[in-house]
Amino acid sequence: MILLPCPWCGHRDAGEFRYVGEGTRRPDPETATRQQWRDYLYLRANVAGWTTERWYHRMGCRRYLSLRRNTLTNEVAIGDGP
Amino acid sequence: MRDARWRDRLRPGGYSAVALLRHGITNRAWPPAWQTPELARGYDVVIVGGGVHGLATAYYLARNHGITNVAVVEKSYLGSGGSGRNTAILRSNYLTPEGVRFYDRSLTLYRRLAAELNYNVMFSRRGHLTLAHSDSSLRTMRWRAEVNKACRVDSEIVGPAEVKGLVPFLDVSDRARYPILGALYHPPGGIIRHDAVVWGYARAADAMGVHIHQDTEVTGIDVVGGRVTGVRTSRGPIATTVVLNATAGWSSLVSDLAGVRLPVQTFPLQAAVTEPVRPFLDTVVVSGTLHVYVSQTDRGELVFGASVDPFASYSTRGSLEFIEGLATHVLQLMPSLSTLRLLRQWAGLCDMTPDFAPIMGRTDVDGFLVDVGWGTYGFKAGPVAGEAMAECVATGETPQLISAFGLDRFAAGALVGEKGAAAVGH
Repeated sequence: MILLPCPWCGHRDAGEFRYVGEGTRRPDPETATRQQWRDYLYLRANVAGWTTERWYHRMGCRRYLSLRRNTLTNEVAIGDGP
Repeated sequence: MRDARWRDRLRPGGYSAVALLRHGITNRAWPPAWQTPELARGYDVVIVGGGVHGLATAYYLARNHGITNVAVVEKSYLGSGGSGRNTAILRSNYLTPEGVRFYDRSLTLYRRLAAELNYNVMFSRRGHLTLAHSDSSLRTMRWRAEVNKACRVDSEIVGPAEVKGLVPFLDVSDRARYPILGALYHPPGGIIRHDAVVWGYARAADAMGVHIHQDTEVTGIDVVGGRVTGVRTSRGPIATTVVLNATAGWSSLVSDLAGVRLPVQTFPLQAAVTEPVRPFLDTVVVSGTLHVYVSQTDRGELVFGASVDPFASYSTRGSLEFIEGLATHVLQLMPSLSTLRLLRQWAGLCDMTPDFAPIMGRTDVDGFLVDVGWGTYGFKAGPVAGEAMAECVATGETPQLISAFGLDRFAAGALVGEKGAAAVGH
């Protein structure tokens, strides 16, 4: 079982959360080129190692949170992590 | 052709009843199925990834186009990735005409592979049954069946009574949590021995002069002025002008080495196998609603697969949550399996693309080609992907069969939309 640190509810089973994914910055729709918009939609770094990502605590406080996870081992760290 | 095949069977490494008898009498060791050559300084083509896609490409490059100065580099052992971790189900009952034609070509190649490679790949035509538990999935299946028929692929809708006739162990009553309303029946579907496919292609490619390098990890791809000039590996550099990325799981990282970004996210997919029992299931049974597919191997084990894990990861460790969910779903379909014991579970890495279709062909870097993004449907496409990529490498033209799968489709907004038939159920 993987425990995720929710800042409001404490450590909870990962099954309570929905994976949102790595953070991406939304370009300004008024000025973004088509290429920038497609990149925003589809391209991800797909990091193998420590990465920052968003999760949604759907069966708890229903808030979004950020955490650090090592995608090779599924270790999780609070805050900025290693 | 016939003569060549006979010669192949009679040569020292060829497999035949005569060869088996001869080895049985003389008790001599079989020659290795493929060589372990030294790393040459340069090759015409370097294929990254020693799985079914990479080895099939090498084989068709040599056989169809006479290009044999080819290296297949694999960071671990052959078939250590997706090729050895999938559930070995073959089918061509997809939703889009592009998908149907493509996978049907693959099924055709798979059917005659054993004879072509002189290697028993144990293809077994079983019939493939995709269950519908709701009106909407039945509607999509009818759509699929019509597209399939238009592409001359045998596929039809059957009712619960026929489903029960095909698989007596299924619970088709209306008391089930997810009652079975019907199914998409695809008789040409089946299963195959996935390791044998990898080994067969490796042996045939090696016999034609392809170099296979195991335990050779690619650490860099040299690009000068937008052109590939070489590959750096853990065993030394290789000069080449053509590199094909045929990896799974690690495809976006390998492409990053050449400066090509891919719209790919890596998710593990878990599977499990039970202890062997007497043969009772001669059909591949799939339920998209319950996220499960079941088949029985020639050894009698039941192989279960599922959809990808709920979050991206490169970890291939199995989880208890998965096994609990899988067992629940399987028992909803076949309650009589409740006393069966699971033998083991494992995970493979799937490169998911936004439209559940692969990415094949050339990229913005001259000489760097990709055959990636194979999500959860890569194994069944191995032969056709190899054939098409070999043509792409040899002629420099993108074959019609894969023209819809180019990397440029994402920027152009021309996505393929195969999720309905590719997501679960292989």
